[in-house]
Amino acid sequence: MAQKFIPTLTAGWWKRIPPFRLVLGLCPALAVTMSAENGLGMGLATAFVLILSNGAISTLRNVIPSKVRIASYIVIIATLVSIVEILMKAYFFPLAEQLGIYIPLIVVNCIVLGRAEGFASKNPPFISMVDGFSVGTGYAISLTLIGSIREILGAGTWFGNPVLGESFEPMAFLVTAPGAFVTIGTILALQNLYSRWRGEKFIQG
Amino acid sequence: MEYIYIAISATFVNNILLGQYLGNCPFLGVSKKIETAIGMAAAIVFVSILASIFTWSVFTFVLKPFNLEFLQTLTFILIIASLVQLVEIILKKKSRALYNALGVYLALITTNCAVMGVALLIAKNEMGFLEMLVFSSCSAIGYGLALILFAGIRERLLLSAVPQVMQGTSIALVTAGIMALAFMGFQGMA
Repeated sequence: MAQKFIPTLTAGWWKRIPPFRLVLGLCPALAVTMSAENGLGMGLATAFVLILSNGAISTLRNVIPSKVRIASYIVIIATLVSIVEILMKAYFFPLAEQLGIYIPLIVVNCIVLGRAEGFASKNPPFISMVDGFSVGTGYAISLTLIGSIREILGAGTWFGNPVLGESFEPMAFLVTAPGAFVTIGTILALQNLYSRWRGEKFIQG
Repeated sequence: MEYIYIAISATFVNNILLGQYLGNCPFLGVSKKIETAIGMAAAIVFVSILASIFTWSVFTFVLKPFNLEFLQTLTFILIIASLVQLVEIILKKKSRALYNALGVYLALITTNCAVMGVALLIAKNEMGFLEMLVFSSCSAIGYGLALILFAGIRERLLLSAVPQVMQGTSIALVTAGIMALAFMGFQGMA
């Protein structure tokens, strides 16, 4: 247990950081990262669902029959997502309006189901929640990073504060749909470049 | 006239894949060959229209009258998941040829956010029955169109000299970005 703790905790921050290493959950990564704030909000919402769903599924792993496990996971995840949706509408209304249909769409985010199937269904609750925390925060970090790049270069602001001065001409391309694809594609390429420089294996989808 | 407007907007201007960023995982996964892309596109059109009809009916006749809108996420995903299973079983029994063509893709569709996304957009904009029908079929057709076009480009991409670090997902995403740029050009139409 103890020797599994640290590797599990740190794996989500580099070794399998979504959506770059683990090419899952691209849709929200593309859709809501117009600004750093949206990215962070979406990342934290997903992390919350991921921690609790991993915990719940791991607790019930010996009760759920393996034939209907995917359906059971989806029900658990959907319940948690509904809770997040209601909480966000109550406490962070402007953010919830901006994220729109992408909050309920956390249900079909492959990361959540992927971690449930790949980790929580085989491991005890505590370590599963650690895994959920690690992958969830890794996802939040990635989304904030993508959001920051797009917001700083596309609008000249960061978390809504101007950072690049008056003379900077914002590249509006980056905050629109095509910019999202190009940004993530470029980050993936840079990451591959870094992996090659370190002599690690390439991660390709 | 209104329906034509919805149709064009759903197919091109707000293309579900390149404008709304829904359903990207299968987009990158199955777009390596044109044949698989066509199979996936057909499966999406089929399931999306069926799922929209069912979720719309449940939303309008059950959830709304009883003020249960907060249950929409849970009900929609359950409807879609069970519908996909049902379609799979019926096709297996009744139409072997269609099942062989769509079978593999059907299982993947449960976790495709495009189907769920269309259902949620319909509920959010409170569409009527005909609007819903036009919107869901045109969104699905738009998705299929983008998927097949993209698969065509990707087959060509295999033959060209892509820098080693850009190979795979990376170049696919950049290509998708350029395609999205082309689809943005439709914005002047609506």
